Amino acid sequence: MSVLVYINSANGLHKSAFEAVTYGKKLGGDVTVITTGNTDSGTLASLGKYGASKVLVDRSFKGEDDQQLTRVIASAAEQTAASTVVFSHDLTAKAVAPRLSVRLKAGLVSGAIDVPSGDGTVKVNVFSGKAFGAVKVNSGKKIISLLPNSLQPEETGVDCGVEDFNGNAGESKVKVLSTKKPEGEIPLPEAELVVSAGRGLKGPENWGIVEDLAKALGAATACSRPVADIGWRPHHEHVGQTGVAIRPNLYIAAGISGAIQHLAGVNGSKVMVVINTDPEAPFFKAADYGVIGDAFEVLPKLTEAVKKFKASGN
Amino acid sequence: MPSFENLGFMKILVCISKAPDTTSKIAFVDNNTRFDENGVQYIVNPYDEWYSLVRALEIKETIGGNVTIITVGTATDEAVIRKALAIGADDAVRIDADPTDAYYTAVQIAEYAKTNGFDLVLTGKETINYNGSQVGGMIAEALDLPFISLASKLDVNGTTLTLEKEIVGGLQVVEVALPAVVSCAKGMAEQRIPNMRGIMAARTKPLQVVAPVAVDLLTSYEGYSMPAAKSACKMIDPSNMDELVALLHNEAKVI
Ligand SMILES: Cc1cc2nc3c(=O)[nH]c(=O)nc-3n(C[C@H](O)[C@H](O)[C@H](O)COP(=O)(O)OP(=O)(O)OC[C@H]3O[C@@H](n4cnc5c(N)ncnc54)[C@H](O)[C@@H]3O)c2cc1C
Repeated sequence: MSVLVYINSANGLHKSAFEAVTYGKKLGGDVTVITTGNTDSGTLASLGKYGASKVLVDRSFKGEDDQQLTRVIASAAEQTAASTVVFSHDLTAKAVAPRLSVRLKAGLVSGAIDVPSGDGTVKVNVFSGKAFGAVKVNSGKKIISLLPNSLQPEETGVDCGVEDFNGNAGESKVKVLSTKKPEGEIPLPEAELVVSAGRGLKGPENWGIVEDLAKALGAATACSRPVADIGWRPHHEHVGQTGVAIRPNLYIAAGISGAIQHLAGVNGSKVMVVINTDPEAPFFKAADYGVIGDAFEVLPKLTEAVKKFKASGN
Repeated sequence: MPSFENLGFMKILVCISKAPDTTSKIAFVDNNTRFDENGVQYIVNPYDEWYSLVRALEIKETIGGNVTIITVGTATDEAVIRKALAIGADDAVRIDADPTDAYYTAVQIAEYAKTNGFDLVLTGKETINYNGSQVGGMIAEALDLPFISLASKLDVNGTTLTLEKEIVGGLQVVEVALPAVVSCAKGMAEQRIPNMRGIMAARTKPLQVVAPVAVDLLTSYEGYSMPAAKSACKMIDPSNMDELVALLHNEAKVI
């Protein structure tokens, strides 16, 4: 069996890339990575440690057009006779994997959270994280896109070879006019630690205490839907059923009531801490640790405690 | 597939899915192989309704055109179709089949779009029940058209679209010539509440029922399960955040 893993290396290699290669390795068989762009071969070779036997890189293609990228990945799948193509379930995968599914006539499993079970089905979140589904792929070729933070990258091997590849990207029909990438922020879907706040914070001018805690922890920030709707926080921070679905190791929620639609996007978190003045807030039912108290007092205290903990060598 | 009968008239196809109301109790029957629809209220999938349908209507209102909604579904889905018509779509198409997976659904819609010619095909970002985010890209590939995924802004200038879309870690402004497929996310438009006149008018708007084409089933849902019940929440004294940090480190092992 041959597995092809697509890695987005445009901004270097992230944990999600190591997760995807580890996942490919766990499927069994020979793992080839396909990527594009300028990342140096030395860096790409390190994917061998996670189980890749070879990295193919199309250096002539630097864009992010999904139609072109689909052609490149399809040629790599053909050349390696891949029976499964693995993606990390990010925005690129959401655009490219469905296209590739039609092109290769390969059944697509989006947002896998585990390796296939004994009966060959793959576990995914359904109903916005309120339940799990077991998806079976009936076609000979398969595409699986893996939800970030679903498994730990495992280093089992050594650096592998990196080969130039021409995937015949062809023409792009999409012209990029401008790109805005905020520097230094941790992308929310990949973040292992997330500090989130809601309407209980009363106004955008009060977010300093949320950001301070996030900074002390090295966490990303998120918010509830009304907070993004009224413009207190940017839309990309909105988590929940109609926002981003996340599954960090730690989710700290301050001044968020825990409505069912909010929980839908965060209940994949491994551990949840809830800070709320109202002991009856529904969020406490979903929480692992609860603090009944005023966010304006609790958050700065928690930040201090985290700083003290880090200063003590942790 | 473009129509462009004249430039002031856009033919827009809006893909609509039904979804269980967000407060629905999620349970499964038949040995956990089927979603329990008992007592479940279906709504138009929020992304389809709030963003793609409303933006399509705004385009029609400013430059002229026709907004057709399309759903792959059985006769019981007509209530959801009427709701979308009440918000303002001109007509509706129902491909008469149970939409078993995204590929099946996308191929049905692509077939219809191919024969009937549209300038713009819109989908929502994802459905809130299967969250696959698959249908838009699949339709685009089947029609060999560009696909702009997760667009938060869409403007029409003659025969080109200018869009703002989310990319990994940022935002991008792009331009693409029509025809194109776009999936719509937050920011695209504001929710519209149908009024009485809209609801009345929806009853008589054309709803065409089309037979499905034969499509291979690439995937199937074999079963469902529920997350394990959470153990009780441990309460921490608000004045003792050192204890919380210690628990997160020693017990939960997340920091
Ligand atoms: C179709 C649909 C989709 C939706 N999708 C989403 C979604 O994706 N994400 C989402 O978040 N919501 C979503 N919602 C909205 C959701 O139902 C809730 O209205 C929303 O999550 C509430 O946000 P909140 O908790 O910030 O505000 P509120 O409900 O107003 O809660 C504020 C909380 O802060 C507490 N509080 C107040 N002051 C303090 C203080 N000083 N210190 C500590 N706590 C304090 C209060 O006790 C309260 O619990 C959706 C709704 C619908 C109908």
